[in-house]
Amino acid sequence: MTMDLAFTDQERELRAEVRAWMSAHVPQMPLASMDTREGFEQHRDWERTLHSGRWSMVTWPEQLGGRGANLIEWLIFEEEYYRAGAPTRVNQNGIFLLGPTLMEYGTEAQKEKFLPRMAAGDDIWAQAWSEPGAGSDMAAIRTKAIRDGDHYVINGQKTWSTRAAFADWCFGLFRTDPDSQRHKGLSFVLVPLSTPGITVRPIPQLDGRTGFAEIFFDDVRVPAENLLGEEGGGWGVAMSTAGFERGLMLRSPARFQETARRLVALYNANKDKVSAATGERVVQAWMDAEAYCLNTYMTASRLIAGGSIGVEASLNKIFWSELDLAMHETAMGIMGAEAELMRETQSARAAGDWLGGFLFSLAGPIYAGTNEIQRNVIAERMLGLPR
Amino acid sequence: MDFRFSQDQLDFQDSVKTFLAGECTPEHLRKLVETETRRDAERWQKLAELGLTGFFVPEDLGGLGLSEVDFVLIAEACGAAALPETLVEQAAVIVPLLAACPAAKARDDALSSFAEGTLQLAIKTPGLHYVSDMHTAGALVFAGDNSSVMLAQGADVSASAQTSIDPLRCLFDVSVKGGQKLADDSAALWARAFERGALFSAAQLSGLAQNMIDMTVAYAGQRTQFGKPIGSFQAVKHHLASAQVAVSFAQPVVYRAAYAVAHGAADMSAAVSHAKIAAGDAAMTASKAAIQCHGAMGYTFEVDLHLWMKRAWALIGAWGDRDYHMKRVADFTLGANAPIGADLTFSAFDNAG
Repeated sequence: MTMDLAFTDQERELRAEVRAWMSAHVPQMPLASMDTREGFEQHRDWERTLHSGRWSMVTWPEQLGGRGANLIEWLIFEEEYYRAGAPTRVNQNGIFLLGPTLMEYGTEAQKEKFLPRMAAGDDIWAQAWSEPGAGSDMAAIRTKAIRDGDHYVINGQKTWSTRAAFADWCFGLFRTDPDSQRHKGLSFVLVPLSTPGITVRPIPQLDGRTGFAEIFFDDVRVPAENLLGEEGGGWGVAMSTAGFERGLMLRSPARFQETARRLVALYNANKDKVSAATGERVVQAWMDAEAYCLNTYMTASRLIAGGSIGVEASLNKIFWSELDLAMHETAMGIMGAEAELMRETQSARAAGDWLGGFLFSLAGPIYAGTNEIQRNVIAERMLGLPR
Repeated sequence: MDFRFSQDQLDFQDSVKTFLAGECTPEHLRKLVETETRRDAERWQKLAELGLTGFFVPEDLGGLGLSEVDFVLIAEACGAAALPETLVEQAAVIVPLLAACPAAKARDDALSSFAEGTLQLAIKTPGLHYVSDMHTAGALVFAGDNSSVMLAQGADVSASAQTSIDPLRCLFDVSVKGGQKLADDSAALWARAFERGALFSAAQLSGLAQNMIDMTVAYAGQRTQFGKPIGSFQAVKHHLASAQVAVSFAQPVVYRAAYAVAHGAADMSAAVSHAKIAAGDAAMTASKAAIQCHGAMGYTFEVDLHLWMKRAWALIGAWGDRDYHMKRVADFTLGANAPIGADLTFSAFDNAG
């Protein structure tokens, strides 16, 4: 092979197909926030629409409703998705986190039960990792799932559970061996959020909405068949999930390139009133979004050729989260006195809700493993510095 | 779409790295600083034997006739080793410029002698304030009236040495009269030479940056304070991790720029300027992390770090400084109908040769 940075005819055809489909199907009016019941269901309907066109899980195998797309094709899909201004994916946790993990660790019965419903948007999944005492130190998990006949009985509390306010199911790590310590004795369990004994308490975020929630478990009985992987082997299963999350697919480059494009437009519309330094920050944002894209294409090419992604996933997480924050910070500066206006205000919506994006971007360096933890990972496992 | 180097390209880089690990060690550099020319003629001959001087020389003149994508990894390796000889500038900027001139005896002789390793070349162009290595060059390539490409030798050239903070950079203020015309009206050739100069400076900066991180990791693993290696402290780890993020996201930008130059892509200038900025910033970040983590030792000649830092600082300003390149990217990005957007990153290559 030689390096080839032009798209093949097949790749161009895929792009044209996605573009045509999106232009016919992307809702004209923005959906309500998915942190409201109404908006959540609108976003679920959008997942169903995507599924009807076999676009909900493009990287999944065809027999599961996907297209068996490779990573380059996935990147093309994402580019067209963001270019079209299509809605945020309410099913992100399913598509990129649980789905691939189920394919790797699930029994045939589990795959059959969960994957088609996930692809169709019938089940929307929430994450249940963190606990009040287990954030960056996830091995400190205390919520117990004790085997009782053919059930597990869950007691304890999860928190920062994304989508939990309205989701149908959650997945996470629970301590199945009450005498175990740290990474041992944890199991990966799938829990219907409608089970008696579960209380979901939404937590207001910076913007006043409730994207995540606490989940309280009080003698919650879950069938033992909802165990994913081996009992006591949950840490390994979760690390594969976490690897996918931090790795390539959590944040596709197109998302940031689209933000950078909007930032350039915002700058151009306000060119006369902003300083040269702001212009330079805008250009820097565009360059960094490009760099993230180029790096992702290199990684995707390597993975398609049989390579794997490991510690470099931590480099990605740091880079996109800091880029996203910087872009929104710059936009807030350009917005000036308008920046504080909430999205209910017409002029804020018209400008593209930079405030909402800014607030969300502040979470980027925190979720999916804080950037401090990621820097430790890079230093120790990539550079080889002593623990 | 396949954004990977070929196995041959990676193997070639490995062979150059292995060569430099043996023939261009920090000890060699320390000794070389004390010499008259600060250049190692024996090493130059060996570089020629490896085929490196002939990289861009046409095959009929004894070269390899390879491309920017092939060479970018070599430039990175030369940067990583802080190679004192200006192989990158001579072999990958001056030679392609000469190779693009019409065939003529003077040009052909220069190219084949260069490929053999018996002639070294220097370049004087408006894109560079000073001429490198005039003292070991047998000929000077310079821009004459009407952007012609000129070749001058001997008494036509007068040079006065300038002192760089990098003890292994040999700079000259050069004036030239006469010379032989190789090509007339060659603004496009000079423009392309400038892109190559900036591109391969970027590649060297990326290599320098990675090596500064690696040197500092080694130092931080050995140096103990409070009874522990300082590299076990998070404050030190985070400096180095941040530098690694910068380098890892500069590399793909440099590789894309090499591809853009090799294919004459329409967005070549923006791609090269982006590469120069990204690699320069990564090298600056790495140098600051490196000196901080070396503590007072990093501020001295006692450890070798200073040679790498100084090369980086010099190259950041050479072949267009940061502001120059930032302006070029800004003109591209902020202009009306700028081709920016998620679907357009590779659009210039759709119809590129």
